[in-house]
Amino acid sequence: MADWQPTATLETLRRRAELMAAIRHFFALRSVWEVDVPVLAKTGVTDLNIDSIPAELNGRRHYLQSSPEYQMKRLLAADSGGIYYLGKAFRDGESGRRHSPEFTLLEWYRPGWDEHDLMDEVSSLLSELGVVTDPVKVSYREIFQQNIGLDPHAAPLEALQREATALSGSDFTAVSRNSCLDLLFSLGVEPTLPDGLVFVYDYPLCQAALACGGKDASGVPVARRFEAFLNRMELANGYYELTDAVEQRSRFESDLALRAAAGKSAMPIDHQLLAAMKAGLPACAGVALGVDRLLMQLLSLADIRQVLPFGMRCDVND
Amino acid sequence: MATYSTNEIRAGLKVMLDGDPCSIVENEFVKPGKGQAFNRVRLRNLKTGRVWERTFRSSDSLEAADVSDRDMQYLYNDGEHYHFMEPDTFEQYQADGKTLGDAVQWLREQDTVMVTLFNGQPLAVTPPNHVELEIVETDPGLKGDTAQGGTKPAKLVTGAVVKVPLFLNIGDVVRVDTRTGEYLSRA
Repeated sequence: MADWQPTATLETLRRRAELMAAIRHFFALRSVWEVDVPVLAKTGVTDLNIDSIPAELNGRRHYLQSSPEYQMKRLLAADSGGIYYLGKAFRDGESGRRHSPEFTLLEWYRPGWDEHDLMDEVSSLLSELGVVTDPVKVSYREIFQQNIGLDPHAAPLEALQREATALSGSDFTAVSRNSCLDLLFSLGVEPTLPDGLVFVYDYPLCQAALACGGKDASGVPVARRFEAFLNRMELANGYYELTDAVEQRSRFESDLALRAAAGKSAMPIDHQLLAAMKAGLPACAGVALGVDRLLMQLLSLADIRQVLPFGMRCDVND
Repeated sequence: MATYSTNEIRAGLKVMLDGDPCSIVENEFVKPGKGQAFNRVRLRNLKTGRVWERTFRSSDSLEAADVSDRDMQYLYNDGEHYHFMEPDTFEQYQADGKTLGDAVQWLREQDTVMVTLFNGQPLAVTPPNHVELEIVETDPGLKGDTAQGGTKPAKLVTGAVVKVPLFLNIGDVVRVDTRTGEYLSRA
């Protein structure tokens, strides 16, 4: 017989409903308003490591959105002020204990704020939601150097490749700087983080994604990006947002070159986002937080399917 | 030989790593939100039995190992080699004591066992999980002691020594779990 039962208990699903209501209450008190932007659009993302799920609409290629970011930025450019999205996002090929191809994202933007202001607000939100927050803040460079023994900004690529090869047990000698950093951080840094909430900020420039460039306390160029880890689990990713349309276009184009080199499908560039940025995206900070993972942490559950009504996995263990 | 992408290898699949055939024990998906996807894989080296942990990029691939498990009949030991036969093809294979390892203590002529072949050669021999074998050596049984928890060593017809309840005697047939070497019941 077909297995129709939910993958989460009803008690967990009630906690999920309460969590969503509490998030909405938090933002209502702060006059940040909810926007339910479409999950279906003509363009997806160009990121090398994020694959949008295609959907046919009247015979035309569309994509399920991997994040509400581009559409929210168009609202910001239209002078929305502070806004949040609480809803679904989709990413192809991501399935595991901490990943579901369909997941729930909370994303919000604060015009006039910088990434450090926003880290404070992430902290306030989590403490309202019942997470004990006495956050540790540490720069990417400091935590990386402490655990890997290399400066992530300055170390030669060969040194990173050597460390990645040693730590992974597989051959990283021809692998990009970005992938080496991802490997070293995932295997060598994340597991060493303390319990509770940790903010890591000032990312290497090559990992800027949609963050503005800047300089750290010692004058080294960095990306003004941060991540929040809760009990060693990646929970949120935020930026002091890039607002320069020209720079944005060149990042899209270099993304597409990387995708082509990796043999991945080409993605259409979101020209509406570029036009909005050209018209004027206000200086702002934004962050996206995984709601399913937050619930996993609140309830001490190890598998994301235990917090989803009907958790789907399409990976090797199914 | 075929290759597998590391994000499609599931438990039980046989792959080549560092020149040795390995069996996948576990494959975990690891991915930073914006970053490269990895597969953290635990593999058992089928030659040494040791478990390795390796992390691959999800775009990497591994060569499939030419490993297959076949049910075969154990024929005899010629003093140096153990001989097995595939019942369908009558094809015979020989393996040395090192290949057999602990399996040797459960081998009885004519019994069916699983022979793992690597590139056509026996790599390992696995007896059935449960076997029924006769006791050939043990202290005399204690009458009326069926309820007590005591045990005594008993040597089975294949040479294995297992702990059995006190009431059992030479000639009794017992059911044993070959993975743990534990007595299960009287057969």
